[in-house]
Amino acid sequence: MFIENRSRNSKGVDFQLVIYYLLLVIIGWLTIYSSANNHIQAVSFFSLDNVYTKQLLFIGTSIIIAFVILMIDSRLYVHYAMYIYYFTLLLMILVLFIGTNINGAHAWIKIGSFSIQPTEFAKFSTALALAKFFNEGKTTSEKKYMWLNASLFIFVPIIIVMLQKDTGSALVFFSFIILFYREGLTGWILLLGAIAFFVSLFTLFFNEIYTVAALTTTYLIFWFLQRKDRKKMIRNTILYVVFIVFVFGVNLAYQYILQDHQRIRIDTLIGKVEDPLGADFNANQSKIAIGSGGFWGKGYLNGTQTKLNYVPEQSTDFIFCGIGEEWGFVGSSVVIMLFIAMIIRVIMLAEKNRNHFVRCYGYGVAGIIFVHFAINIGMTMGLLPIIGIPLPFISYGGSSLWAFTTLLFIFIKLNNN
Amino acid sequence: MGIIVLVLLTYIIRLFQLQVLDPSYRRSADKNALRQITEHPARGLIYDRNDSLLVYNDAAYDLMVVPNELRAFDTLELCNLLEISKEELLKRIDKAIKWSRMIPSLIAQQMSKEDYGYLQEKLHRFPGFFVQNRTLRHYPHPIAAHILGYVGEVDANMIERDPYYQMGDYIGFSGIEKAYENELKGTKGRRIVLVDVHNRERGSYKDGEDDVKPVQGTSIWSTLDLSLQEYGEKLMQNKRGSIVAIEPSTGEILCIVSSPSYDPNLLVGNVRSKNYFQLSQDTIRYPLFNRALMAMYPPGSTFKLANGLIALQEGILTPSTVYFCPGGYNMGSHTVACHHSGSVNVIGAVQHSCNTFFCKSYYNILSNRSKYPTIQKAYQAWKDYINSMGFGVKFQSDLPYELKGIIPSVQYFDKKYHRSWNGNTVVSMGIGQGEAGTTPMQMANFMAIIANKGFYYKPHVVKAIGTKNTPNTRFSDRIYVNIEPRHFETIMQGMEMAVLAGTARSAKIEGINVLGKTGTAQNPHGKDHSVFVCIAPKENPKIVVFVLVENAGFGATVAAPIASLITEFYLKREVKRKDLEERIINM
Repeated sequence: MFIENRSRNSKGVDFQLVIYYLLLVIIGWLTIYSSANNHIQAVSFFSLDNVYTKQLLFIGTSIIIAFVILMIDSRLYVHYAMYIYYFTLLLMILVLFIGTNINGAHAWIKIGSFSIQPTEFAKFSTALALAKFFNEGKTTSEKKYMWLNASLFIFVPIIIVMLQKDTGSALVFFSFIILFYREGLTGWILLLGAIAFFVSLFTLFFNEIYTVAALTTTYLIFWFLQRKDRKKMIRNTILYVVFIVFVFGVNLAYQYILQDHQRIRIDTLIGKVEDPLGADFNANQSKIAIGSGGFWGKGYLNGTQTKLNYVPEQSTDFIFCGIGEEWGFVGSSVVIMLFIAMIIRVIMLAEKNRNHFVRCYGYGVAGIIFVHFAINIGMTMGLLPIIGIPLPFISYGGSSLWAFTTLLFIFIKLNNN
Repeated sequence: MGIIVLVLLTYIIRLFQLQVLDPSYRRSADKNALRQITEHPARGLIYDRNDSLLVYNDAAYDLMVVPNELRAFDTLELCNLLEISKEELLKRIDKAIKWSRMIPSLIAQQMSKEDYGYLQEKLHRFPGFFVQNRTLRHYPHPIAAHILGYVGEVDANMIERDPYYQMGDYIGFSGIEKAYENELKGTKGRRIVLVDVHNRERGSYKDGEDDVKPVQGTSIWSTLDLSLQEYGEKLMQNKRGSIVAIEPSTGEILCIVSSPSYDPNLLVGNVRSKNYFQLSQDTIRYPLFNRALMAMYPPGSTFKLANGLIALQEGILTPSTVYFCPGGYNMGSHTVACHHSGSVNVIGAVQHSCNTFFCKSYYNILSNRSKYPTIQKAYQAWKDYINSMGFGVKFQSDLPYELKGIIPSVQYFDKKYHRSWNGNTVVSMGIGQGEAGTTPMQMANFMAIIANKGFYYKPHVVKAIGTKNTPNTRFSDRIYVNIEPRHFETIMQGMEMAVLAGTARSAKIEGINVLGKTGTAQNPHGKDHSVFVCIAPKENPKIVVFVLVENAGFGATVAAPIASLITEFYLKREVKRKDLEERIINM
């Protein structure tokens, strides 16, 4: 009953997205093969000890998943959106009790020799749930608390992920702000967010005293300029007080909530600490690997930095280093372009779609992919602190590939009808 | 949309900056992953004049460990292989861990080929261990230690002087190894390898395209005659002193013995510093001291030959000049005694080593006021002759650490005698005593001058470099002495007579005309040194020999038989006088 009737197909699969998807997955596999192929041990190609053989298996299963998704009636996703969301939340909570540690994050369920990370699946299920939420008609009283309710959909998984000590993934859930913005969240919030970001950066780089001084100066200037307008003066005063509290909050969070390794990552990024062999090592080696690629790159399988393990996690979080080193500026730009093209294509299709659910989901998909892409590549190029999240479709890993495939192909399927 | 485009632009610009604009990342990457490994060439081989191998390289194998790659292994088995106790093995591994977990450390040094072969087969069972090979000098015959020299690791000073050398390189420290370092050292090779983040080698870079193979050092043919050298060392055993034998027609040193000596194999590899210390602490035998080049003795009676030559050249003497010897030379205050008495010409004086005759001649050289207005001028003229014969100067050939000897300057005597001195003041130098000091090498070279009748080649120890047919031309210049050949013939007659019917009768050899001269170097610290020089055969001299045996008394008793045995051995390749040989060896 869930198998859809072919005759009802209205538009057909968007091949542009499928091609971007396939290109990224192929580039990913080639890069994983190259970084793992370092002539140390002669292991049979078909041995599951090889990451590239495993990844091939993941790609195969992902394609099966894609086909299954395309075959299932799209109304099912709309109908069961909330259940899927609750199920993944349940899995995430389960991880807290029966999960295993990988790289410091307590976020994995071990099944045989494979590990599954439910957080990856929570990303698309949250997108589904939010789409469903915004799509449902709302009473006036419901509208009053709409943004609060919407943010609950994000903050519940964020809290669970934080409990799993997986800060990187927690950040990804903030990507839904893009969706909120599309659904009418006032720009003030984003502007405030941006200001808050710079204020916290300023605080961390200098110290809270300077920040308070700077804020006070700004406040006094505005007070002088807008002294005629009582309403604005009250608003400014409230903002001023909130920011002062925020500054000290940032400082306290930095001092007491962040763990040592996170503090060091931030310090090295903003240039407070220089330690090329210690805390800076990974960031530095990552830049060296990309930088040494030059314009045309060293050629496929000729990278040295990634192959010789100078770059950490060279097939997962730092996989972009391999692309940068072996394919150079040209290849890396192509990869970046592919991502941007895919994201823009998703947004365009979402905008064109008259179905509100599809539009919301589309923005969720674009947001998730964009945040992953921006944080991951920004991190490898030394523009952002080191945050361990995978590069969609490219990084090695079953959970991540399956989740992103599901995320994208549900959108393709929804857009289809 | 705006954010997406902004991120796109930022990232592309950043990418461009990292990859295209900033070249430092490329350099850092190469520094990271490429390591240049120096491949050490084997040193050149050293042969004797007849192609017998004197020095070659022996492969030695060091067992190394990289602590980080260690896995559980059968300690007992490895201990048995290495023949060390388990505690010792664990101690060494502990030490390695303390030094570095990534860099290889030494576990067992210089295993033999057999041990290595045995271990190599089982090495896969000992992860973290590997074998590194290097070459060590080896001496098949434990002879000529002083001349061959030894190699050792360079120190910081040497590296500063010559940047070719790096820490751990070997360099010749003495002897031929030092003098021919440039030829022997070869050319270092270079291998560029990929190194991973754990400092492990991961194969060659660009499949070895930029690698350079090391070039083995050039082989060297020494002038030494292995069997003669061996024979000389045998004759000198349990004695102190030296033998120097030179082929006068080339200046090639045939054998050079300094006794007591040591086995050159002692100063090789890991035992070198320990053994060197032990040898250097041996203050009774001083085995490291090369007496042939560095010991200075009064020249003794053999110096009379030089003075005879100068007197003949200066016209002070003619072959028919006869001086009467009353059994001593009286210079007023005291008398130089003489074993001989009667009237002699220069030939007879050489034959009987007459002190009176040579004191008189020497006095007359220095008192030749018709030619030299002052004693200073006369002495300087004599000194010039003597210096031109190689006394009081260094040869500066390829010999290690030679001593200059002493031929006092005019200023020395001026100072010592407050400018008032004459021929009699310094007359003891006329018979080879007094202030003069010479080395065995200088004396042997002087014999070569006599054999050549007026010239010499710098005595040297390397005959050919590279192949046997590419002679070492550094020492092919004749150095002339300003004395006419006929005077040498006169002196040689005296030396022939000395062997036939004079002081050197003990040097006579059946069937070979030997010219000889005894000497006794006065030793103020004990019994006199026994000295003998000889040239043979008279018709076409092929060898000149100098022998000095410390504290052995009169020249004819020990030194002369040794010199004659050396001559006989070299010219006839066998010694018939077995009883004499045995007596000398057992002395």
